Amino acid sequence: MIFLSTGDGLIHLASQPWHWAFSGAMIALVLFLLTWMGRKFGLSSLYRNVCTIAGAGKRNSFFDIDIRDEYWRMAFAAGAIVGGFIAAHFLASPEPVQISEATIQHLHKWGIAYPQGQGYIAREILNFSPRGVLFALLGGFFIGFGARYGSGCTSGHAITGLSHLQLPSLITVIGFFIGGLTMTWVIMPLIFG
Amino acid sequence: MQKLISFFIVGVIFGITMSKSEAVSWFRIHEMFRFESFHMYGIIGTAVVLGIIIINTMKKLKIKTLRDTFVTYLPMKLNIKRHLIAGTIFGFGWALSGSCPGPMLVMLGHGFTIFLVVLLGSIIGTFVYAEVRDKLPH
Repeated sequence: MIFLSTGDGLIHLASQPWHWAFSGAMIALVLFLLTWMGRKFGLSSLYRNVCTIAGAGKRNSFFDIDIRDEYWRMAFAAGAIVGGFIAAHFLASPEPVQISEATIQHLHKWGIAYPQGQGYIAREILNFSPRGVLFALLGGFFIGFGARYGSGCTSGHAITGLSHLQLPSLITVIGFFIGGLTMTWVIMPLIFG
Repeated sequence: MQKLISFFIVGVIFGITMSKSEAVSWFRIHEMFRFESFHMYGIIGTAVVLGIIIINTMKKLKIKTLRDTFVTYLPMKLNIKRHLIAGTIFGFGWALSGSCPGPMLVMLGHGFTIFLVVLLGSIIGTFVYAEVRDKLPH
């Protein structure tokens, strides 16, 4: 508690990796703040907004929406980028992400070294080689397509929808895991194994 | 403008939280899908349990939002096939890129420029969905 008595101490404390319970509580705080501010916590609609701003509304009525009602989401998204910047530059942990030994051993067999990139990014998969760009594009494509088809992503369904006890959100989250487990256990071993 | 600054600040809290919780880490997501750590399940579980308590308390106490509305949720039409397929496609991307719509922005903030490509892919995916949505079950 001595740490909390000075600003430096607070930054030192915040720079440690956060406990999962505290992290979850902070996400719940974000959910509360956005709900209290009269909005629904969800980020994937941002990509729809980008299409609208780019003029896709003329081609497809799906993008013909009143963008003024979405300014809050763009401000929130801009904050998320800045939050990442602040965390990386001023609150970086001294040690890379401490993933489990079992995962490290398994990735080693795939030729993926650990730790690297402070433990945030697997450069063997996401990089600016033709193959790396293809994986990045494909990954993004699945996320964008799936999120819009299901009308929500991890924040919109797994956090907001489940908090509102919505069955469609629960089914979507089950889908997230069907897809994630299939990719991790079936498809990726074929590519990297 | 003042309102937008408030949303921006909540976004900063979100970005820092996603970073310090390590939920933006490709390795954390991979580890989660391999069931080799409790970390991600702990984060999501805590957020959902607290979220249920918060949202339902706000509804019960009829707390007014700053936009002078009550806390409500317009339920989506239940279509199990649609939500399962959509979720599965999303899950492919979540596991491959180790990221989702929020974290890919946060990772850009970290300076990992490859996420510009992931972002572009998401925008293309959104656009293609809109183009083919008439042909998909809803």
